[in-house]
Amino acid sequence: MTTPNSGAQHGSVTELDRVTIRFAGDSGDGMQLTGSQFTATTALFGNDVSTLPDYPAEIRAPAGSLPGVSGFQISFSSGDIHTPGDRPDVLVAMNPAALKVNLGDLVPGGAIIVNTDAFNEINLRKAGFAEDPLKNQSLQGFNLYEIPMSTMVAGVCEGLGLSSKQVELSKNFFALGVMFWLYERSMAGTEKWIAEKFAGKDAIAEANRRALHAGYAFGETTEIFHTHYRVAAAHLPPGTYRNITGNEATALGFVMASKLAERDLFLASYPITPASDILHQLSSYKHLGIKTVQSEDEIAAIGAAVGAAYGGAMGMTTTSGPGMALKAEMLGLAVMVELPLVVVDVQRAGPSTGMPTKTEQGDLLMSMFGRNSDSPIPVIAPATPAECFTMAIEAWRIALHHMTPVVFLSDAFLATGAEPWSIPNVADLPSIKVENAPASDKPGFRPYQRDPETLARPWAVPGTPGLEHRIGGLEKLDELGTVSYDPDNHHRMNLLRAEKVARVARDIPPTEIYGDATGDLLILGWGSTYGAIRSAVERLQSRGKRVSHAHLRHLNPLPNDLGAMLKNFKHVLMPELNAGQLRMLIRAKYLVDAVGFNLVRGKPFQIGEIEAKAESILGESVEAAK
Amino acid sequence: MTQSELPVLTKKDFESDQDVRWCPGCGDYAILAQTQKAMPTFGVAKEKIVFISGIGCSGRLPYYMNTYGFHTIHGRAATIATGLKAARPDLMVWVITGDGDALSIGGNHLIHAMRRNVDMKMIMFNNRIYGLTKGQASPTSPMGKKTKSTPLGTIETPIIPLNLVAAAEASFIARSVDTHSEHLQEMMHRAGEHSGAAFLEVLQNCNIFNDGAWRDFTDKSVKEDRMLVLKHGEPMIYGAEKNKGIRLNGLRPEVVTIGENGVSVADLWVHDETDPDATRTQILSRMWWPDFPVPVGVFRRVPRPTHDQLLVEQIDGAKAARAAKGPVDLQKLLASGETWTVE
Repeated sequence: MTTPNSGAQHGSVTELDRVTIRFAGDSGDGMQLTGSQFTATTALFGNDVSTLPDYPAEIRAPAGSLPGVSGFQISFSSGDIHTPGDRPDVLVAMNPAALKVNLGDLVPGGAIIVNTDAFNEINLRKAGFAEDPLKNQSLQGFNLYEIPMSTMVAGVCEGLGLSSKQVELSKNFFALGVMFWLYERSMAGTEKWIAEKFAGKDAIAEANRRALHAGYAFGETTEIFHTHYRVAAAHLPPGTYRNITGNEATALGFVMASKLAERDLFLASYPITPASDILHQLSSYKHLGIKTVQSEDEIAAIGAAVGAAYGGAMGMTTTSGPGMALKAEMLGLAVMVELPLVVVDVQRAGPSTGMPTKTEQGDLLMSMFGRNSDSPIPVIAPATPAECFTMAIEAWRIALHHMTPVVFLSDAFLATGAEPWSIPNVADLPSIKVENAPASDKPGFRPYQRDPETLARPWAVPGTPGLEHRIGGLEKLDELGTVSYDPDNHHRMNLLRAEKVARVARDIPPTEIYGDATGDLLILGWGSTYGAIRSAVERLQSRGKRVSHAHLRHLNPLPNDLGAMLKNFKHVLMPELNAGQLRMLIRAKYLVDAVGFNLVRGKPFQIGEIEAKAESILGESVEAAK
Repeated sequence: MTQSELPVLTKKDFESDQDVRWCPGCGDYAILAQTQKAMPTFGVAKEKIVFISGIGCSGRLPYYMNTYGFHTIHGRAATIATGLKAARPDLMVWVITGDGDALSIGGNHLIHAMRRNVDMKMIMFNNRIYGLTKGQASPTSPMGKKTKSTPLGTIETPIIPLNLVAAAEASFIARSVDTHSEHLQEMMHRAGEHSGAAFLEVLQNCNIFNDGAWRDFTDKSVKEDRMLVLKHGEPMIYGAEKNKGIRLNGLRPEVVTIGENGVSVADLWVHDETDPDATRTQILSRMWWPDFPVPVGVFRRVPRPTHDQLLVEQIDGAKAARAAKGPVDLQKLLASGETWTVE
């Protein structure tokens, strides 16, 4: 990773390939806003970007306290990047607590920009500093930039008629202005945003605008910064791009799935972090005919989705782990009555309430098995924020074509993280349409007569003359669908339900392998670990290591080509943000001695961590060969 | 096919080919018969009618109706009905439930289906016991009731179902008795005719686990004196002699005898189903034998926009507002916010 003081000098401008910045402050300091403004401007500039918002679950933890620190990390580059960066090169710390919490992550020699006005006795005490770190030698290994941001903002906002408290709220724009200058970014986007956001609140808009300009001017005119930095635009593949978070891409993917299936979308959800934004976004699409209901609880939400699916709509629900646990029984009903349904689980750190805003991959086995009896459900997982769009469509393709509930496993990192998205051409996306069972004037409709290819049963929606029939959670007689307690029938139906899901693997794409198809080490991952694994593998390959990367999007059923692929490597390493859930499945299914790398800290993997783990496996392998 | 062109259907058209499997003598048979009999009275095509049930003895009813039917899971029928009706406003949705299903495990959904005014007709079979699990106390079992799970008697105050749904803003509230066929038929019909969340409590006998649960006042020999048949716009008169009545003293109901102590019919409480304030509905719902006659009939019937109507209204409004700005372009939707082009 390149630090600001290690690039090639061009007069007062230093060229860098990649920079990682972390904005940190009190949860009331507007750090998420500052970070997302910097991200939007940087993406628009043409850099490849990746972000990691990191905020407390409390809306306003006590001001100045360590638990109240909110952070937003962005990595941007002139090249192709896959992660928000392992460690920041630059830390913007708006108070002592933010410095304390984040200092340990900063690269040696990195830059610290602090709001010195916040370094008063009270805040220092709240952060647990025995003495002012700005005044002792504790920050000696870093480039420290001390700026009295609050004072300067107060100065430029004089005469606006705002209270000192209101003025103080603008200081994040000052910090943003400094960073815009430091990295040669335009203020235009943020100025436009301020004008729109604070329309009708002229004094506040003006305060923010003045703070932004003051920060920029401060960078330009003072001699505190010896240089500023240039990160050239990335060479992304041709296309029209926008910046997108995983939750946004998920919501848009479902809108598109509805269009491609030519069927109404119905969402019922109960608010839960970090999934609620999907509910919010889809609720704003009434003009597209999307029906949404905020249900009374998690069970009601999936119940309503099942009811809508029974009625022929694309019924779905969005949740996170604790909600997923509550939906188990209704998922079992959906398995039994074989209706299409999509359940989004934006995973967060658990068990129980856990760490609601932090990421984890802990719900895989719950999605696979967390129901009474054998109850197979396809499970898929997007690998990047932008990929949530295509995987949302894929979830519906599977649900509709195989008449089955599908679990879509996102996570907090994907949901809130952002990256540039090459916007697809709508006209190029293939149809996923399926037909309802047609009306009939013959008696004896068979609601469980299966498609010979997919084993899907007909979707016989109420309102269709001649198809009146009864379904329910009781075991069904094969084909006829009437209640049956016949032992052999139950066994047969259990096999049919399993085989139906297994056949989903027939129409999923071959597993891509990054690198050679044979080698010393295959790193196998799923979900949001994609970026860190891919970056680690790039580095290992550049050093001549025989390491490849495969990333699973389909977790149930697993791709048919996976077993053979695994056998072509001496070692298989599986990094997961859980205790080894996919590894358990892979070892059981393929009898491969896959090694786990498992961290559950509520944070994504760092590239270096995976790289080091791979090196240790390769090293041991060399040792053993001697 | 328009409604007027519908073939004339009979009770037989609504009987499925499945053998009915309730215990012989169960009150559910009577309710099923009245349900099948009520269906042709709505002029709704068979395929447009859906019966959704939860778990319990009542939950089996959809299997016996030759309509669309969905036997779901315990307590959750209302949630499925909510989604179905929202997705398909054209369907007539019935929910079949019991005292355990609706008031215990499904209590939360009951409250919210009622306050949302989901256009569903919910028939709750109230037998004051868990029958399918073989005889445990239910939320409507009276205090002190001895069951397998409460060998020394329950120590829990029962729920008054109609009081609960009145508090939850149900727009149609009624009560009837399994064996009072004509009255039950009328209540089924009126529930079906109502637009919005209808709640019909049917006092039902479980002859195996709670025989005679309502006998004290529903029995033919005593019902005239112990039950009050509510009629809209009429004074509350009951009794074999038609000489007893209910007078409302402030918010306190009183039993009076017409012709005694100067009480005349003009002093009696006149029933108003359409009273927008549910306070009196709640007073009625709390009247119980032996202090009062037990009221049956339509307690409350108020017009209120349904959940699906409001949902569709919002969508139509948003579509119209959007249409004024030109057609919806999904390509533009995907590209919302700032975009940039890489050549």
